[in-house]
Amino acid sequence: MPTIEIAGKQVTVNDEGFLTVYDEWSEDIAKVLAAQVDIELTPRHWEVIHFLREDFKKEGESSTSRHTQTVGGFPIKEQFVLFPKKPAKKMSYIAGLPKPKGCV
Amino acid sequence: MTTPTIVPNFASEDTGRKLAIICSKGNLDMAYPGLILGNAALGEGVETHLFFTFWGFDMIIKSRMNDLQFSPAGNTAMHLPGTNAHIPQAIMPAPGMTAMATHMLKKQLDDLKIPTVPDFLEQIVAAGGHLWACRLSADMNNVSESDLRDDVEGIISASDFIEMTEGAQLLFI
Repeated sequence: MPTIEIAGKQVTVNDEGFLTVYDEWSEDIAKVLAAQVDIELTPRHWEVIHFLREDFKKEGESSTSRHTQTVGGFPIKEQFVLFPKKPAKKMSYIAGLPKPKGCV
Repeated sequence: MTTPTIVPNFASEDTGRKLAIICSKGNLDMAYPGLILGNAALGEGVETHLFFTFWGFDMIIKSRMNDLQFSPAGNTAMHLPGTNAHIPQAIMPAPGMTAMATHMLKKQLDDLKIPTVPDFLEQIVAAGGHLWACRLSADMNNVSESDLRDDVEGIISASDFIEMTEGAQLLFI
């Protein structure tokens, strides 16, 4: 797995650029990841990101859009506004988590 | 030694990919393929249209959409739970079989946190999907717009549908 430098820190990523080590993530890194996919983080984005991080710790896998709505309380419609086009993947990417595996 | 930055290809530029799914079945099990694929496509930023026709109308008729059923009759892929043994087709038409199979399938879906058909359609619309009803099916079922889910955008003819899905990839279910 490649190691790259983000926000002055060495992090391990997969071939697509998703972070692979939960604890290598930081808020500074999230800001850079978001900027790389043209997203400027607002307080609402941070709420989603912190939910995803916590949820991953509990569930052991990345939250899907549906799960982010039903458990996190972030409506799907809003997810598409905050993380346009590919919300589930973009959210996980910025939160330093793997792509969600679930189909729904 | 570090490699240069790797950024996932989220294709932020518009690829123009479009998907049209024709939902023609009203059995509970056959309602899901279109819903799952449509929802997945939307999550990938693909413009998605669902066109409901014939038996698929039960998915969008307000008084029926909560009560889709699953029948094991004629389905030779039904096995005794946890085994490869086939359940004999002869017992499938027995009274109560459809109700029992429907109940079991709904429970399985619920355990996997798969939404019900109406909830799934709501999610698809929230994700930007478009729902359309077939004109001929509406006439045959004696159904008007007020009988359909409010988020169905219109009752349209087959040629309207062909016109609006120009260049789309198409799935018939």
